[in-house]
Amino acid sequence: MTSSEQAELIVFIILAPLAVVTALGMVLTRNAVYSALLLVVNFFCLAGFYVLLEAQFVAAVQVIVYAGAIMVLFLFVLMLLGIGNEVVVKEQMRGQRPAAVLLALGLLVAIVGALAAGVFDAEPASLAAANEGGNVEAIGRILFTRYTFAFETAGILLVVAAVGALVLGKRQP
Amino acid sequence: MPLMYPLVFAAFLFSAGVYGVLARRNAVMVLMSIELMLNAVNVNLVAFNAYLRDELVSGQVFALFVIAVAAAEVGIGLAIVLLIFRNRETVNIDEVDLLRW
Repeated sequence: MTSSEQAELIVFIILAPLAVVTALGMVLTRNAVYSALLLVVNFFCLAGFYVLLEAQFVAAVQVIVYAGAIMVLFLFVLMLLGIGNEVVVKEQMRGQRPAAVLLALGLLVAIVGALAAGVFDAEPASLAAANEGGNVEAIGRILFTRYTFAFETAGILLVVAAVGALVLGKRQP
Repeated sequence: MPLMYPLVFAAFLFSAGVYGVLARRNAVMVLMSIELMLNAVNVNLVAFNAYLRDELVSGQVFALFVIAVAAAEVGIGLAIVLLIFRNRETVNIDEVDLLRW
């Protein structure tokens, strides 16, 4: 094992448990604002993970779009609604929580089992060839050649979403 | 670092998101759990992109599209949550039963 692989492994061992713990804390804590902040930490861990996988541009987008824009939107709505703690008035669906735990654990076991049965012992790879002229250049090149149509469609989708949010959020007279 | 590690890691994140969607009653929390699941998918895409040594960085481009769609989804979703709160004074999804027969 070379030293760079070792460093990679160490970073992974730090980031992955932190990300899993913040994800679990996010779905388990009662206070919605705490969940939002834990989710921000989770997104930063994922950004570090993307750097580890040689996806620097995706890491930057993760921090700017997710940890920046989207989470600010969430926190803004949480503050606007003024909901701190989730008040459980009465259980409307009996056994919802145990069923959710069961289903989530079942899914986890199924996925990990499927992964273990597959052949995913691929060797650590380097994206050096793909990232030769820089990661951003590589992404830009493919985005504006092969995926131009999808790119433009995504732009239309974002415009429609923005207009839709505006129409929905407008106070009706 | 074998490919197995990021995949199992993403499976954990996705399962946490599934639990959040199924168990939480706050509509904003449900939306946040969906974000968690989308991020787990992104981890898979970027990991496979790295391990398949893709010359065209398709996995990363797909992750970018997922992020764009997630941003649109959050915008609309939170607008709907605000509208529900304005009309019914609650964001508890158990109490929003307009479509229940």
